[in-house]
Amino acid sequence: MLECREITKVYGRKTAVDHVSFEIRPGRIYAMLGPNGSGKTTLMKMAVGLVKPNSGGFYYKDQPVGQESRKEIAYMSTEPYFYPWMTAKDVGRYYADFFEDFSPERYESLLERMELTPDMKTKSLSSGMMAKLKIAVTMARSAKVYLLDEPLNGIDLLARDEIMASIIEAARPDVALVISSHLVDELERMVDTAIFIKNSHLAAVWDVESLRVQEGKSVADKYREIYGHGEGQSC
Amino acid sequence: MEFTSALPIYLQVMTAIKRDIVTGRLTLGEKLPSVRDLAVQYTINPNTVSRVYRELEAEGVCFTRRGMGTFVTEDAAKAAQMKEEMAAELTDRFLKGMEQLGITGDEVMKRIKERESC
Repeated sequence: MLECREITKVYGRKTAVDHVSFEIRPGRIYAMLGPNGSGKTTLMKMAVGLVKPNSGGFYYKDQPVGQESRKEIAYMSTEPYFYPWMTAKDVGRYYADFFEDFSPERYESLLERMELTPDMKTKSLSSGMMAKLKIAVTMARSAKVYLLDEPLNGIDLLARDEIMASIIEAARPDVALVISSHLVDELERMVDTAIFIKNSHLAAVWDVESLRVQEGKSVADKYREIYGHGEGQSC
Repeated sequence: MEFTSALPIYLQVMTAIKRDIVTGRLTLGEKLPSVRDLAVQYTINPNTVSRVYRELEAEGVCFTRRGMGTFVTEDAAKAAQMKEEMAAELTDRFLKGMEQLGITGDEVMKRIKERESC
């Protein structure tokens, strides 16, 4: 569905992504894991065409990503991207203008669930409220692929439950979700597949249940094995 | 619900549902939540829930009515059998734990009796 083919991205002297390939398939929830600076955000930005790779590319339904694919791929970036004067309602209008698949009704019900009101100004939102607003407006699209960059970052436990629930609700047999995070424990129970990115490389891709069944390991165990001091034990 | 990280989640959810049937929190013939609802309720992957229902069906614990959803078995004997199995498993685990501590046979019985009398 969404394919990353041999992508390399260089920023100045730093290689942010180095010959990475993987495939995102429908009906699955993916965790994209790795410490800060490992290349997760750059990968997501390339998947929606916001950053151009030096070589290789992202393909959606076998076509290079771009204007067309953006209609079906919803992306939520880590940094807030609304004008400070906007209210939650304005944010909804802004999205409705950009994306045909945006549902104002769904947005309204998500806002309510997140305990946000349409008249709230984005500049007055706490970081937790901003995170909830970003999720609400992104999940109000009925996209085929959702790319969520660090949706659980800096969020209290209760907000986290609401955010995870609204992510799970979007899962369908024809939909793929990719969630990047360094909070491994939070994602453990909700993902099918874990993609481990290490130092700009693809370190491993694991089916989470088979990891538990075959190796008796959790995603967190594998994470420690890949990034921790147990290096050298390849998988 | 809290999960143990190294055990497959589908097995943990299966056990939780069976326990609810055995303890009567779920009644015989009751409709179970949809895959999506149960996934949201437990904040787990919907594919995991599908697998839970599939495996429970294969074990005869649940059955599916086409277009209507998944239901708890109506067979009381099945529920009784599940209770037996769960009790046997708990007993095994208890005895194994005691054995690891070097406590066996009469000593185990003695301890249980002591507990009963207070």
